[in-house]
Formats: sequence, C-alpha cells, structure tokens
Amino acid sequence: MKVMVCLKQVPHQDARLDVAADGSWIQEDNIKFEINSYDTYALEEALRAKDAGEAEVVVVSIGPDRVTQALRTALGMGADRAVHVKDPEADASDSLGKAKILAAIAKQEEPDVIYCGLMADDGNFSAIPPMLAELAGMPSATGVISSEASDTSITVRRELEGGCREVVELPRPCLLAIQTGANQVRYASLKGIMQAKKKPVDVKTAADLGVGEQVGAGAAKVKINKIYIPPKSDQAELLEGSTDEIVTQLVGKIRELGVL
Amino acid sequence: MAEYTSPDFLLLDDTQLSQEERLVRDSVREWVSKEFMPHIQEHIRQDGSFPMGLVPQIAELGMFGANLQGYGCAGMNNVAYGLLMQELERGDSGLRSFASVQGSLCMYPIYTYGSDEQKERWLPEMAAGRVIGCFGLTEPDFGSFVSGMATRAEKKRDTWVINGVKRWITNGSLAQLAIVWANTEEGVKGFLVETDRPGFEARDIKGKFSLRASVTSELYLEDVEVPANSELPGATGLSGPLGCLTQARYGIAWGATGAGMACYDEVVQYTRDRVVQGGPLAGKQLTQQKLAWMLTEITKAQLLALQVGRLKDAGKLHHAMVSMIKRNNVDVALQIAREARDLLGANGIVDDYQSMRHMMNLETVRTYEGTHDIHTLILGEHITGLRAL
Ligand SMILES: Cc1cc2nc3c(=O)[nH]c(=O)nc-3n(C[C@H](O)[C@H](O)[C@H](O)COP(=O)(O)OP(=O)(O)OC[C@H]3O[C@@H](n4cnc5c(N)ncnc54)[C@H](O)[C@@H]3O)c2cc1C
Repeated sequence: MKVMVCLKQVPHQDARLDVAADGSWIQEDNIKFEINSYDTYALEEALRAKDAGEAEVVVVSIGPDRVTQALRTALGMGADRAVHVKDPEADASDSLGKAKILAAIAKQEEPDVIYCGLMADDGNFSAIPPMLAELAGMPSATGVISSEASDTSITVRRELEGGCREVVELPRPCLLAIQTGANQVRYASLKGIMQAKKKPVDVKTAADLGVGEQVGAGAAKVKINKIYIPPKSDQAELLEGSTDEIVTQLVGKIRELGVL
Repeated sequence: MAEYTSPDFLLLDDTQLSQEERLVRDSVREWVSKEFMPHIQEHIRQDGSFPMGLVPQIAELGMFGANLQGYGCAGMNNVAYGLLMQELERGDSGLRSFASVQGSLCMYPIYTYGSDEQKERWLPEMAAGRVIGCFGLTEPDFGSFVSGMATRAEKKRDTWVINGVKRWITNGSLAQLAIVWANTEEGVKGFLVETDRPGFEARDIKGKFSLRASVTSELYLEDVEVPANSELPGATGLSGPLGCLTQARYGIAWGATGAGMACYDEVVQYTRDRVVQGGPLAGKQLTQQKLAWMLTEITKAQLLALQVGRLKDAGKLHHAMVSMIKRNNVDVALQIAREARDLLGANGIVDDYQSMRHMMNLETVRTYEGTHDIHTLILGEHITGLRAL
C-alpha cells in the first residue's frame, strides 16, 4: 500500500503576526513556521497505517525553501519519502491551482489513500481536500477522526455536529481529510531525525509536473485583495465598583439583552 | 504557564545550527512543553521523585545516550546532544540530570571502557529505558577529591567483593544497574553491579531544597559479590571516572544555559505584564539593566557551549575547555535565576513560577560534577602549570 500525505507549513501558533506592508499577506520574515496542526493528525493517521502493515508514506508540500524543515520533520517522524514543490508560481496559486499540482503528483505516485488535514490553520479555506479528490477521481470523506483499511476499502469514522459520529466506507483509492484531535501525534524521535537525513526529497516545479500553464497567479480565480486586522470598535463598557456592584450591574445588562 | 520563547539574540539558529540540529532541538522542546511541564509542579511538591511514567517516552524519542553510535542510540553529534541537554534543563535540572546520568555517566563508560559482551548486554536495554543506571563515585567523606575513596573491591578467585558507602547518587534507588567506582590493588576500577545483588542497599536522601524532581540516594555495599567480568576492563585509575565526568560536564554547560533561558523568558514576559506605578515593570531602567545583562550572559553562554561542541565533534576538545564552560554557564545561569526570582517579587517564591525552582536546582548543578571552585582550580592549573588542587 502507498499513502500520500499533503502537508502545509503555516506560521507557528505563537508567532507574532503582522500584516505585510502591501497588505497582501502577513509579514513572513523572522517568524517561525510549523506543520499545519490538522496535517500533523493526517500524518499520524498515515504513519499508523504504516505501523499496521506494509505501507510506504510519501509526504508532499508546496512552498519555499523553509518547507524542507516541515518535510524533514515528517521524515523524522517516520515518513519514507518527500516531494517538495518549490516554485514561486505554485505558491502564488489559489486553492484550485494547488489542488491541480497535488493531483499531478497523485497521478505519478498512484497512492491507495491520500491523507490531508481538514483545513489549514492560516488560510482557513478547507478547499483543497475536496478539490484534490475530484481532480484525482477519488471518493473522499472529510472530518475524519479514525480510519481502518482493509484490502479494497477503508472504513472511517467522521465527526458530526452535536457529538454525533458517522461510519462511512470508501473504496480505495480515496482521500481522507482528517480532523484535529483524531489521534495522539507522535514526536520526531532523535534517531528518526538522524535517519531522515538519508531519505530522499524530490524537488519539483509545476512545469515538471506538467501543470505549469494551469497554475500560478495568472490562472488564479480567487484573489486575495487584502489582509487586515478589523478596527477596534469602542463598544466595550467598563463596569466599575466593588465586586458585588459589578455583578449586579452585569446581571442587569444580561437581562436587558434578554439572555436571562 | 505561558508558552516558552527561547532567546536567540545572535541568530545562531539560522546561521550556526544545521537543520538536523534544529529539528532535534524543536522536537525535544515540544516534548518538554507538552509532556513534562504539566507534571513538574506535582513532583516538585513531593520530596525527591521523578515522573517515572515518562521514561518509556524519553527512551522512545532516543534521549538516552543520544550521542553514542549503535546499540539503539540516536548517534547524534555533540552539538545536537548539547541542544538536547539545553532543552531538558529548560524543563528542570532533574530531568536533565536523569538523562545525563543514564547517558553520560552510565552508558558512556560501558561504551568506552566496557567489553563487547558488556556493551551488547547493557547498552540496548539502557537506550530503551528498560534498565536505569546510576553512577556511584562520591562518598560521605569525599566529593571533590576522588583519591580519598574508601570503597574497596577485592578479587576472590573469579569474583570481586565490594565494600563501601556511596552518597549523593542520582537515581540510586531507581536503578537496576550501578556503576560503582572502588579502590583495588591495581588502582581505581569501575564495576557493573546489579542492584538486586545481596548486600546492596539504596536509601533515599530526603529534605532536599534542590533537585526535588530527582531521586538522590545513598548506596550501601556490604560484601557485594560480582563476577570477575563485571569489571570495566578499559578503565583503570582515575582517568576512567574523570572521562565520564568530562562527558557529563559538557552536557551540563548546555543544560544550565537552558535553565537560564527559561528564567529569562519567564521574567521578560512577567515584567512586561506587571504594572508598577502606572507602567510595566519592564519599562523601568533598573529592570532593563537586569534584562540586558541577562540576555548578554545567555548569549555568551550559548556561544561558548556551541564552540566547545564543535571542537568536541572535531576531536579537538581539551578537558579544561569543558571546565571553563561548566564553570561559567552554571554560574551565570544561577545568577540569572536569582535576579529573575527577585524581579518576580512575591510571586517568585511560589512554584507557579519557575525561576526559584531553577535557582534552587542550579545550586546542586554548581556543586556536582566538579564544584565551581574545583573548575577554577583546573583552569588555574591549565593557565599556570601549577597545581593548586
Ligand atoms: C543532588 C545531587 C546529586 C548528585 N549526584 C551524584 C551522582 O549521581 N554520582 C556521584 O558520584 N556524585 C553525585 N553527587 C555528588 C557531587 O558530585 C559532589 O557533591 C561534589 O563532587 C562535591 O563534593 P562534596 O559535596 O563532598 O563537597 P566538597 O568536596 O567537600 O566541597 C565543599 C566546598 O569546598 C570547596 N573545595 C573543595 N576542595 C577545595 C580546594 N582544594 N580548594 C578550595 N576549595 C575547595 C568546594 O568547591 C566546595 O565549595 C551529587 C550531588 C548532589 C547535590
């Protein structure tokens, strides 16, 4: 069995975020990056499939040089190979463009299962998993919290609203978009990190994958106009007085709103 | 406890560390934050206890004997090993001590002075954390001067019989294997002693103000008999234990820097948030003078440790260099911890904050593995050629 894991590198959750001078994205210099939290669960799910039997795990990421850190971490955690799409045009693509790149890799790799994170901590689109599944001609399930493979299919549990769970069966090949908290993500072991040095990382461009024309800023249909921090509104009201007085005022306010 | 941000003023991360070294550091840092820190308060409040439940994870991550090659060890270079120690001690000196004793003081002598049979038997088990070791050198009546050792081993046909008392032994009562140094007719030798042998007893030392999240014991050996092949064949004379100590001291220089970094990070965050006389404490000149001094000393300590690590990897290490960094880095870390505790005010004396814990721990770190003064004398001898020890 071969599984492919799509990883995105995103700003570290503790990084201080400032909007870039031109307002197009955040200021990326001198901030730390990490693997998108959803993707770490996707990777763990894939590594469990590997632990359970014979599976080759290929991790794929689109992004600049810094992305090698994420790929090496994944290799240190136990993935076997990495594909790094390093191409400014690929970075400038919209979700569909990126899905096309990933689909081109899927076509070459022919994985039995593609694991993605449900969404990215930074962009919040949740767009790529279903697009990629469609482009790769695979059935897909989102919000997956566990997966179990048999010879021809995969049974997954999905998280629904209101604490409900759903069990779905998909034929292979298929794509699973994993929810956070699905499993306990392992740490890259020190031995694993040392071994990762010897594992292959293929570096490719969109042109190498035969999709050069279809991706990039020019082909993008969704364009980011600006990123901004919403202006602070001055609707906050400070309650003053002793604790008892504040509580009384607060209860009054809540009553006014008709919440109580 | 707030999220940890490490000081890296001179951008060593980007300019001096390899990708593997950074990955090792990040992986251990994350593990310490998520898995170790939630337990520290509970163990600090008990007298002398270590979160033993974490040992399988520590082993799984490859933190025992991480700079040794083969036998299930990670085979890292000495800078990556130093970063590992830095991150562990950022958590607590007790955690770093646990790893130092297992790796540098127990696995290293077996690896360096042991027979093939001893290596095969013990190293994989110790790397996997299934066998915990302790290192018995210090005695109630001698610490700094190894030559004063009273513990004796006598050869009786094909066994050695060991008698003596060892004191201040980290992990003594947790260990399955003790490396016991004893005087013999041929000089000081090291012995591998299983702790379940008749005549061996370990008793914990209670009432410690320092290294509370670590077990410290006294070992009593009364006619403990071990087979002849328990002797470490490659170590005779004082160079054996001193070789181990150089390893451990190297790691301590990095570790103490990590403890200093933790205190610095804590106090920077705290003084920014703490309002005094209508403004943040961090905005006061006296505070800034202290913070500027701390960051400078941390940066110097980082550079010293890094350079000595690179020299160690290049095979150009001199033990006096290790004395310099152990002496300096522990000393400044302790001063930083004291200053940080001071800036935290009353909050600084409770265990919700960490600087005082590090401060108390670093008192031990200053004493063990060659006291501050002993390293001064080693350096003094190196400079002058005159032995003052
Ligand atoms: C928590 C803890 C854990 C430990 N773990 C271990 C362990 O696992 N294994 C082990 O073998 N040991 C261990 N030790 C022991 C430690 O290594 C010794 O305490 C240390 O070597 C100092 O010895 P001492 O306590 O006898 O002090 P002493 O040697 O009595 O020193 C007392 C003071 O005198 C000074 N002094 C000594 N000689 C001179 C001199 N010639 N000139 C000037 N000043 C001098 C010292 O610098 C110090 O300030 C541990 C200690 C502690 C506190």
